[in-house]
Amino acid sequence: MNHEDINPVPVKRKFFTPGVIVLCVLALNALVFLAIRFFYGIGTVTNLDNQYPWGIWIGIDVAAGVALAAGGFTTAALGHVMHREEYAAVIRPALLTAMLGYTFVAMGVLVDLGRWYYIYHPIYMWNGNSALFEVGICVMIYLTVLYIEFLPIVTERFIGKVNLPGILSKLNKLADKILRVLDRGLAKTMFIFIIAGVVLSTLHQSSLGTLMIIAGPKMHPLWQTPILPLLFLLSAIAVGFPMVIFESLIASRSLKLKSEMHILSKLGGMIAPLLGLYLAFKIGDMVIRETFVYLTEFNTASIMFTIEILFGVVIPLRMLLSPKVLKSPSLLFTAAALVIAGVLLNRINNFIVAYTPPYADYSYFPSIGEISVTIGFVAILVLLYRFFVINFPVVSVPGKHSGKSAKYTVKGVK
Amino acid sequence: MSGKSRRDFLKSSALIGAGITGLSSNSAKAAPENILSPDRMGVLVDTTVCIGCRNCEWACKEAHDIPAGDLESYENREIMKNDRRPDHTALTVINEYSPGKHSNLPVNVKVQCMHCDHPACVSACIVGAFSKQDNGSVIWDTDMCIGCRYCMVACPFQIPTFEYHKALQPDITKCDFCFERTKEGKLPACVDICPVEALTYGPRTELVLIARERIRRNPERYIGHIFGEYEVGGTSWMYLASKDYNELGFPQLGNDPAPGVSESIQHGIFAYFVPPASLYALLGGMMWLSKRRKELEQEEKI
Repeated sequence: MNHEDINPVPVKRKFFTPGVIVLCVLALNALVFLAIRFFYGIGTVTNLDNQYPWGIWIGIDVAAGVALAAGGFTTAALGHVMHREEYAAVIRPALLTAMLGYTFVAMGVLVDLGRWYYIYHPIYMWNGNSALFEVGICVMIYLTVLYIEFLPIVTERFIGKVNLPGILSKLNKLADKILRVLDRGLAKTMFIFIIAGVVLSTLHQSSLGTLMIIAGPKMHPLWQTPILPLLFLLSAIAVGFPMVIFESLIASRSLKLKSEMHILSKLGGMIAPLLGLYLAFKIGDMVIRETFVYLTEFNTASIMFTIEILFGVVIPLRMLLSPKVLKSPSLLFTAAALVIAGVLLNRINNFIVAYTPPYADYSYFPSIGEISVTIGFVAILVLLYRFFVINFPVVSVPGKHSGKSAKYTVKGVK
Repeated sequence: MSGKSRRDFLKSSALIGAGITGLSSNSAKAAPENILSPDRMGVLVDTTVCIGCRNCEWACKEAHDIPAGDLESYENREIMKNDRRPDHTALTVINEYSPGKHSNLPVNVKVQCMHCDHPACVSACIVGAFSKQDNGSVIWDTDMCIGCRYCMVACPFQIPTFEYHKALQPDITKCDFCFERTKEGKLPACVDICPVEALTYGPRTELVLIARERIRRNPERYIGHIFGEYEVGGTSWMYLASKDYNELGFPQLGNDPAPGVSESIQHGIFAYFVPPASLYALLGGMMWLSKRRKELEQEEKI
């Protein structure tokens, strides 16, 4: 039977707090810059130009966004594919993060596209040679899969509770029936989407790494390597559980819930091997291509690379090998935050720091507008997360047992 | 993977795409062409002949409906003090460098799209808006482009540019080898106007022979290197010079086609969708087995 009692319920809290109001201000600030971008063009609010075509809207909003939403597919693989039911409590929060994260990846792409109104073109204009095409199609399908995976949470919220206002109340019964049919259909077919979600994730997480390979010598040799897709996939897998831990600890603090340390410690224990594997490939690649010589130079690239590896991989790896760290919420939080910062920095390094075009006469640094939009997107994401957690059954509260944990399994095994 | 099977793969994926999206194969545009016709044309730029009159800049603008101004105003050489790059206001520019070994006059270098034989932009473009045409031109289709600027990230010569201050329909701009003019049998505008015949237009294979012959006849005038003959797999535009290309603003590039590595990775991961499908089957199997194991454990307990 279940190791843990899982009972996801809407968390009863007020939506507005002083922190939430700060987030709202940040979100509004981003909307102002976005309005300028859509009325006067990308060049008006960004520092992008013909030398630096891609900035933090791609490097952070898209590339890092996709990586940091990896918690969705790693927990799905652990909880549903490998049937480790003891982790069921973290699947829904991770799914919500992935759903919101990928939604904002799509938003990030939209605002960065010069002709954003043609965003649907890749659906029927195919270029199988293009890594970007692969990423685009995979993200589109995966986003749909994430919405489908989230639907049961919506049906669960409203089944038996449909209460439409006024004249629409006549439709209450019908709406309820539709929800029940939908719920039953989803329960039977969900395993298809769960597996598809994992496959799609491995595909586009790695293809994101292929993206910059075509830039060839424009990219600093410390990062430019043919195994970039593998490194991107391994780092995405390694950052999945740290993201879950990071969010869970922040959410339980912000919503004043008891933290689920018994699950998080176990999750934390799995990070070190994954991170170690990533580090092994990263160092192995450096040794084989003899790129360590670039570390003897003292410049932005070598400093950023050292910070990325030391603080983003080596230190958290050492920390997570210690049982003491795994048991302490604050130390575990620190280690998880370091891994996340390391992957974030890695994506920034790959897409921005490493990129030097042949005729560059200055270095790119993001404008106030670019930074505002990126921060604003994160703020809106956090606000939506709070909204969903308060209004939908996402977070598990220990105590009652709902008996729904074994819902999504391959058919044929009873 | 060979070029032919890659094209076949693309054709079949385009068909699948058309089927999935429920569109007729007419509206689903095929994946980008990269026809390497043996008769493809090129231009040989002899930088030892060019006098830097910048008439080509003027003619190029006239041919592409870009405000060009008076031809006389191009005599001003002040503008050449700093290196310039092509953009949406000029698809080609002339830069000036210190004299080479053949004379005491400055060396002038015309800059425009090189029209690679294996173009990175064609490989990279998410929607396949770029194509390498039969006649050697690498051209861009405004009806497809979504403005993602991946072509700019990919291009080893930093050539495609973007209209950053246009809110609607910003274009990717670059030299199109006067595709519309050559279709009608005319010369590219720059070649047509050049008063000193620094630009030679002709089949690429013949241009290579001409270039080698010039080097052979005047070894004291030229360095023995035709830029573009082999760089990034060969380019339609090629250069002759009297000094090292690195001193003339050319990027240092290898001879492998720019999209080679990324394309082989891409086709390795997606070889006829076998790897993704296998992963799907593997995960499905794991899900089934782990579920079954759980069930057996439970039965034992009962």
